[in-house]
Amino acid sequence: MSAGEARAAAERTARASYGRLVALLAAPTGDLALAEDALSAAFEQALLSWPRDGVPGNPEAWLLTVARNRQRDTWKSAYYRAFAPLEVAEGQGRDALHAVESDVDAIGDKRLELLFVCAHPAIDPAIRTPLMLQTVLGFDAARIGAAFAVPAATMAQRLVRAKRKIKDARIPFAVPDRNSMPGRLPAVLEAIYGCYAMAWLDEGWESAGQLDGLVPGADLSGEAQYLAVTLARRLKNEPEAWGLAALITLSMSRRPGRIAGEGKFVPLGEQDTSLWDASLLAQGEDFLRMAVPPGPPGRFQLEAALQAVHCDRARTGYTDWAALRTLYAALLAVAPSLGAQVALAAVVGRTDHPEAGLAALDQLAAAGTATGGPAVVAFQPFHAARAELLAQAGRAAEAAEEFTAAANLAGHPAVRNYLLGRAAIIRPG
Amino acid sequence: MRYTLLLHYPEMDAQALGAEALAEGQRAFASYAATLHQAGVLVSAEVLQPSSSTTTLTMVEGALAVQDGPFADTREQLGGTFVVDVDDLDAAIDWARQAPAIQWGAVEVRPGAVFTLDGAWQPNE
Repeated sequence: MSAGEARAAAERTARASYGRLVALLAAPTGDLALAEDALSAAFEQALLSWPRDGVPGNPEAWLLTVARNRQRDTWKSAYYRAFAPLEVAEGQGRDALHAVESDVDAIGDKRLELLFVCAHPAIDPAIRTPLMLQTVLGFDAARIGAAFAVPAATMAQRLVRAKRKIKDARIPFAVPDRNSMPGRLPAVLEAIYGCYAMAWLDEGWESAGQLDGLVPGADLSGEAQYLAVTLARRLKNEPEAWGLAALITLSMSRRPGRIAGEGKFVPLGEQDTSLWDASLLAQGEDFLRMAVPPGPPGRFQLEAALQAVHCDRARTGYTDWAALRTLYAALLAVAPSLGAQVALAAVVGRTDHPEAGLAALDQLAAAGTATGGPAVVAFQPFHAARAELLAQAGRAAEAAEEFTAAANLAGHPAVRNYLLGRAAIIRPG
Repeated sequence: MRYTLLLHYPEMDAQALGAEALAEGQRAFASYAATLHQAGVLVSAEVLQPSSSTTTLTMVEGALAVQDGPFADTREQLGGTFVVDVDDLDAAIDWARQAPAIQWGAVEVRPGAVFTLDGAWQPNE
């Protein structure tokens, strides 16, 4: 086997198993930093041995065993012995190792426990999503820092501090009981959604030919979806957990439609619905049906319902704008956000008249100025929605200006190119 | 694993507090300590005299300075500590939120690093 093939096998295993292995390695002692170090040492070892000896039958168990040995070496070191009880750490390590050697799948998945650790109330809310991105999904500090507009070194330092807190204060690797669940669940859902939103921004833009399955992080949104679905299944009757699972799954089902040939961006309304993933779509609708709340629906259920309305175009051939309007109004009542306000204005522009939508956007901008926030001016969807409504209202010159403004704020080159194209087409004379 | 619950609250003397409130506070503390003891988690507990009776020692330019008053002169003062021995932070938080002092101040949950047993340091585990 060539070094290249061994590297590919190691990378595949790394992507598929990273969070699972970190969770298993860290659960007994709560030492996430040591678990990550031991695992990366195991990956290095794999790159040396696999080209020589071949890829083991169960690469996950191989990596776990090597990483466990690394952990044990650390536990036996003089420094560690001065501070921690070797027998306890080693005993727990050994139990888990035996379980692994008999059957990797039998140990179950400790990632859920790890999610509740990352979103524990004793952890600074600002570091929860970054912590999940790193420990569960394997992002490095530089990439997380870039997504959160924080220098890599600063992000790395904050992550180290959070991991030290988890270990030193002994935050338990446990799924909370029913009584504490309502207080603990929202932070976990929020952080999983943060992972998905980041992966969604990051992926799927390569044209099909370039995406050969080895692009680092190519399956991260799949991982976020897996976490959401597993969480919902484990918790059984939490409507918001099912809502999040439905939201992510439905949103993923439309992913193949947003890129045309040569990596061109296609807006939702113009996507060819036959490209959407029908099985994911059906799965997402099932998840949404599992969300049966005792009271009024929560934020994630409403957002999932919004996705479902968009997805329904695959069946009916049209978008039910009246349903979208009702759902956005409900969403604004339970979870007000600038994004939902802009979306509602765009829908009003469709159901009533473009000028009505523009008036709603103007109101938002005025309210933003009144509170002194620069939020609306710098908010890309605001300009994109306004450009669209101006175009529909026949105000070509203003529309061209807004499409350019939206393009300049766009995060992704494909979206920027699309908006610049719209500006060029509509610009008068 | 040992955690120290540090009780911080604004100080009030017995007169300002009133006899009834004082008696009620004492009953609440007695019942809290008894509950911790019955659950087998109480290592030790101590309620401190007001900070007006405290004395602070520092070295100032190589010379010992002995001063009246607390080290940090803040509105909330350390009023007492409970040391509990429990499995993890969630269990410690569960006990901390039942502390009567939560009604009039903050309860800080701090994991211990080492503690002494017969004068020798032991790791907290």
